[in-house]
Amino acid sequence: MAQATNRVDVPVSVDQSKCIDGCTLCVDVCPLDSLAIDPETNKAYMHVDECWYCGPCAARCPVDAVTVNIPYLLR
Amino acid sequence: MQIPPLSERREMTCDVLVIGGGTAGTMAALTAAQHDVQVLLLEKANVRHSGALAMGMDGVNNAVIPGKASPEDYVADITTANDGIVNQRTVYQTATRGFAMVQRLERYGVKFEKDEHNEYAVRKVHRSGSYVLPMPEGKDVKKVLYRQLRARNVRARVTIENRVMPVRVLTVDGRAVGAVGFDTRTGEFVTISAGAVILAAGAAGRLGLPASGYLYGTYENPTNAGDGYAMAYHAGAELSGIECFQVNPLIKDYNGPACAYVANPFGGYQVNAEGNRFVDCDYWSGQMMAEVKAELDSARGPIYLKLSHLPDATITEIEGILHTTERPTRGTFHAGRGHDYRERDIEMHISEIGLCSGHSASGVWIDEHAATTVPGLYAAGDMALVPHNYMIGAFVFGEIAGEHASVFARTASRPALPEDQISAAHELIYRPLSNPDGPPQAQVEFKLRRFVNDYMQPPKTERYLSLGLESFERMRGDIARMGATTPHELMRCAEVTFIRDCAEMAARASLARTESRWGLYHQRADLPASDDERWFCHLNLRKDATGAMEMLTRPVAPYIVDVPGFTRPDGIPNEPVGTELAGAWA
Repeated sequence: MAQATNRVDVPVSVDQSKCIDGCTLCVDVCPLDSLAIDPETNKAYMHVDECWYCGPCAARCPVDAVTVNIPYLLR
Repeated sequence: MQIPPLSERREMTCDVLVIGGGTAGTMAALTAAQHDVQVLLLEKANVRHSGALAMGMDGVNNAVIPGKASPEDYVADITTANDGIVNQRTVYQTATRGFAMVQRLERYGVKFEKDEHNEYAVRKVHRSGSYVLPMPEGKDVKKVLYRQLRARNVRARVTIENRVMPVRVLTVDGRAVGAVGFDTRTGEFVTISAGAVILAAGAAGRLGLPASGYLYGTYENPTNAGDGYAMAYHAGAELSGIECFQVNPLIKDYNGPACAYVANPFGGYQVNAEGNRFVDCDYWSGQMMAEVKAELDSARGPIYLKLSHLPDATITEIEGILHTTERPTRGTFHAGRGHDYRERDIEMHISEIGLCSGHSASGVWIDEHAATTVPGLYAAGDMALVPHNYMIGAFVFGEIAGEHASVFARTASRPALPEDQISAAHELIYRPLSNPDGPPQAQVEFKLRRFVNDYMQPPKTERYLSLGLESFERMRGDIARMGATTPHELMRCAEVTFIRDCAEMAARASLARTESRWGLYHQRADLPASDDERWFCHLNLRKDATGAMEMLTRPVAPYIVDVPGFTRPDGIPNEPVGTELAGAWA
């Protein structure tokens, strides 16, 4: 099957300048397991556009690096 | 990733296996631990933020508090709201054990609202009784429960495995003996041998497609994809009332609760575009949803939750509850559109369909001891049929399941696990890895759930339901070709199979009940009348010996509580409550 890469606006953003190297708190608590650690930067990011905009990721972040936006289609 | 060989697996063992670490599952695990058995709690997310309460809950919808309401009133209210088709013995458990559960939760550290006389500040939302009890610090409920799970005495008894997702319950000679699944991060294949199994995997919340088109923008936590419904079905258990869909009045687009229950006591209420009230009771029922749908479809639509008439301080208080607990991003949503409750009422719509006994009445058939029709298999929470059972009912039935599964497990023999079922589950889990170029889960799921919307949304008709069924059969082919490359994608692919199973059950049950009942929940445009003579009964379904979906009816059990203003059309007389059930009331 032909593959395409479509850009999507993902709801959760992580401020890379604040995110703590090696911390996985947001990744650990996401019900949909949609956050991951980038192996190159060691920082968290949203790896799939699967989000209930529920908020544990932001609530757990010790340095307020995580922002939960409403998914674009609902916004 | 590569498909692991069938023989390469992590084998776990326990007395009581609990599938799902949400409301019911956590309480089941805590209770089983008190009964001195070894418990394995599997959660495909993380128990700290999982299930329907992922972020908390602002209150209890159904607490029967001595001096404020009686179990008889509650059972009668729930019977009326379900057109009489309830097993009252199950509802009675929620009614009589709910108060002890509130006290148990208080001991754990959950706060419930009290008035100036230190009495529980219950509010009236149901048709006659007052059962709604706010939880002022409801955002901490998961934290409180997690602390209990990790207490030293519990930790010795309860093993938690996060990010492990079972796909099938294993049976030997018709008895539940374990489960099979995989680790959704490493892809490792997992089998569990257990003396008893408790399914507490939540609602089938990812069934209909939200109007936004966003797959995960569902009313229910989208991790609750109907896993438990599908696992119970394939294990041979009966499910019931599947035609009685869940449809809820929600904030349009945000698709979360507008929370009339929260706003009512402060003076908020639902209105049509002319500013008039259009329902006489805000309690969610099929009848109320039929009234909501009629209003939305009329020239008086849309509808709103009206708060703008309230004083500023009151609105601030409401915002303090609604924007911090159950769905804290509500505030983000309104702010993003520049909307303020002070200036603008909240536009509402109706949700996509789902299956959920927490809100409606579709689930796995259980008795008053949380036992399914499969020996050794118990069910609790949103997926277990106790009508309108909500959070307190999930806790109560989690507790009951924990007790009874422990007793069962203690004397259960431990046969070798069935290799044929394990092999079939292995195929179900890993098949998408052999089609890396097959259609991806997101596209397959979108198409499947669009067909659910096209053909299943009430009002239902035989023609549309039949086309739905045909579509769900055709989707078996799409699902067989679906492709994946990572363990995470395998999780989503397995969920699509659960969604398809639930869609087929919903279509077949809706076709079989040839009448209309429960307001909008089972409104048949082609059969608008209720047919009490034929259909004052439960409609159950199960997988028969040939693997086909079989429909059967069960009579409504004799009532144990009188229902004022309602006469059973079948004339079956009431039975006494019996000492065992009655003894639960404080």
